[in-house]
Amino acid sequence: MSVLLDVRGLKTTFPVGAGQIKAVNDVSFTLGRGEVLGLVGESGSGKSVTGFSIMGLLEPPGRITGGQILFDGTDLTKLGQEEMRRLRGRRIAMIFQDPMMTLNPVLRIDTQMIEAVTAHRPVSKAEARALARDALGQVGIPSPEERLNAYPHQFSGGMRQRVAIAIALLNKPDLIVADEPTTALDVTIQAQILAEVQKLTAEQGTALIWITHDLSVVSRLADRIAVMYAGRIVEYGDVAEVIGKPHHHYTAGLIGSVPSRNRRGSRLAQIPGMTPSLLTLPDGCAFRTRCARADGDCAVMPELTGQGAHWHRCVHPNTQVLA
Amino acid sequence: MNGLMTSRIGGAMEPVKQGGTDVMSDWAGPPAPIVEVQGVSRRFGRKLDWVDRGLVSVGLAKPPSVVRAVDEVDLVIRKGEVVGLVGESGCGKSTLGRMVAGILPPTAGKLYWNGRDVDTLSDDERRTGKLRTQMVFQNPFASINPRLPVAEIVGEAPRIHGIVRGDRAAQAAYVDEQLLRAGLDPSLKGRYAHQFSGGQRQRIGIARALAVQPDMLVCDEAVAALDVSIQAQILNLFMDLREQLNLTYLFISHDLGVVEHLSDRVAIMYLGRIIEEAPTEEVFARPNHPYTQALLAEVPRIELTRRSFSSIKGELPSPLNPPSGCHFHPRCPHAVARCTVERPRLKSVAPGHTSACHLNDVG
Ligand SMILES: Nc1ncnc2c1ncn2[C@@H]1O[C@H](COP(=O)(O)OP(=O)(O)O)[C@@H](O)[C@H]1O
Ligand SMILES: Nc1ncnc2c1ncn2[C@@H]1O[C@H](COP(=O)(O)OP(=O)(O)O)[C@@H](O)[C@H]1O
Ligand code: SF4
Ligand code: SF4
Ligand SMILES: [Mg+2]
Ligand SMILES: [Mg+2]
Repeated sequence: MSVLLDVRGLKTTFPVGAGQIKAVNDVSFTLGRGEVLGLVGESGSGKSVTGFSIMGLLEPPGRITGGQILFDGTDLTKLGQEEMRRLRGRRIAMIFQDPMMTLNPVLRIDTQMIEAVTAHRPVSKAEARALARDALGQVGIPSPEERLNAYPHQFSGGMRQRVAIAIALLNKPDLIVADEPTTALDVTIQAQILAEVQKLTAEQGTALIWITHDLSVVSRLADRIAVMYAGRIVEYGDVAEVIGKPHHHYTAGLIGSVPSRNRRGSRLAQIPGMTPSLLTLPDGCAFRTRCARADGDCAVMPELTGQGAHWHRCVHPNTQVLA
Repeated sequence: MNGLMTSRIGGAMEPVKQGGTDVMSDWAGPPAPIVEVQGVSRRFGRKLDWVDRGLVSVGLAKPPSVVRAVDEVDLVIRKGEVVGLVGESGCGKSTLGRMVAGILPPTAGKLYWNGRDVDTLSDDERRTGKLRTQMVFQNPFASINPRLPVAEIVGEAPRIHGIVRGDRAAQAAYVDEQLLRAGLDPSLKGRYAHQFSGGQRQRIGIARALAVQPDMLVCDEAVAALDVSIQAQILNLFMDLREQLNLTYLFISHDLGVVEHLSDRVAIMYLGRIIEEAPTEEVFARPNHPYTQALLAEVPRIELTRRSFSSIKGELPSPLNPPSGCHFHPRCPHAVARCTVERPRLKSVAPGHTSACHLNDVG
């Protein structure tokens, strides 16, 4: 599979007072056309900031302080605002947890969707409207022709998210970054949206980064998983490898604490303590204050090691198979 | 049966040696109900202001729309049980939970605490009765004064209700005990809510609920806002407390994996009604109602291979204007004409397993 996105050693920091929050710290991964990468981790681990960095949507004072984001050969970190704007919505698109980040509350859906097409492509308004209608139909919105005339507030939360997804898909982008787009939705609605996203990205060969804290969703949706902890990718690889034979103890702990992985009614496997603040990380492996396997070796930051389809950042990798 | 349940009521079920053979001792029957609701409904309507009233009186406006948040529901919760209540947002879980806890009066139907009709209780009995059931919320501090230190959040109710007597030292020791039991360091009790992480706040909410020595907790999405690893810690705490204190739970959650793990019995709601109820293993193995079948297909399970998602069609209808007959009929793949006109009632489909679907009447 040809590489579409090649993120190398990405660092994104937020200055606070005298210090620096290293929200994304030396993150690397690649993504091929039509591939789905699940980016998982608990809140504050740096998932959204990774997504915003790729999209060129970082809010000041956050900025990229190192690394490259090679998109189809071009380093996005070197592009200016205007060039990024031209790319966004055409070749790369983002779906947010809150669809109102995409939608303008005071404009009709057709106005917004036509604008999204004509901003990037030399087509007539009528053609753009037809494309918009088709996109709404594709994401499972009933009577799309009528719904084009509605305003965002006339839709339910699930329908609004579908509209946002339809807008992201409008120009058949090469890459979509989806930041927890189904987290706030009910399970049956989440399943409908996942089914449509899965179908459409496969049909169009769109590469997808699906950001979530929900391992069960990515285990079903993604080809590969990257697990983030305190700003770093601590494990990365094919879904079956990472889920079945997690090497990093954080990944293993996370999988083990999902209720359905435990015998009903038994105490859940639990990771002690909580995620440390990014301002007071321990030296070396950031997980070592919570890791049962930690020893003196862990005080030095472990290199990303592994081979082929499975990489990890742990000096004493877990060997238990969880499947 | 799950391990906790077995060990808890094990006394009544222990095999007794008699003449060399194992026989069961006299089975005392299931534990008594701690809470029972019969045909309870709760409606919410927008209050009319004077302009509305004027307009309605001259026929210029529609009367306010009424939400049947809970619509003729029956539910029994027995001592020591964990009953899971699941369903999608707006189906009435929180409303039912608040009625069970006695903090929201039903608009119709009966509520019994330990077999006694709540309507017949004296004011005093009702006050103590209310303390017996405590709620734990998703955001335990939504209703708490942010200027109170933790010691006061936890210690206030037991002091006011005379649950802990004695001097300041005795009160302080009592608060320490509550915090410790919820897994918090008592030395933090001088701090304020905003100084704690989400998981710690939930522990404070639990300590506060337990401080009035309830028999039952109604947990309303109590772990919904927590990260997986913290969620596991809090779920373990709930299970430990159940054993230590003989607690009964109504565990409300939209997360089927959590409910499956914790509950002995599960009730599934759809648009204000309980549409199926059964022991947990039974309902997960043999869901009867078409809605339950669709819902349970989405239990968050980790899988080793990519698979495609599929689901029931259609949106959740508005509770302001629910579909006629069986509320699920517009989305149900098996709906027949009868479903659009007649409300299906809960009927037994297996021991301890009830379901409200007309399909159970044919054949
Ligand atoms: N605007 C900001 N200002 C300062 N720090 C921020 C800002 N946005 C994010 N961060 C920091 O970056 C870290 C990662 O945030 P984020 O990527 O949003 O986490 P996730 O999406 O994994 O929950 C956070 O812990 C926070 O400390
Ligand atoms: N205080 C209230 N006033 C008006 N409507 C309410 C009120 N509380 C709940 N409702 C409505 O009742 C229905 C059930 O709500 P709720 O019990 O909160 O559902 P759930 O907890 O299952 O999400 C919803 O339609 C909701 O909008
Ligand atoms: S590097 Fe050490 S502390 Fe970190 S996960 Fe591996 S064993 Fe645990
Ligand atoms: S009663 Fe009819 S519509 Fe309702 S669940 Fe059964 S078959 Fe479906
Ligand atoms: Mg985020
Ligand atoms: Mg609720």
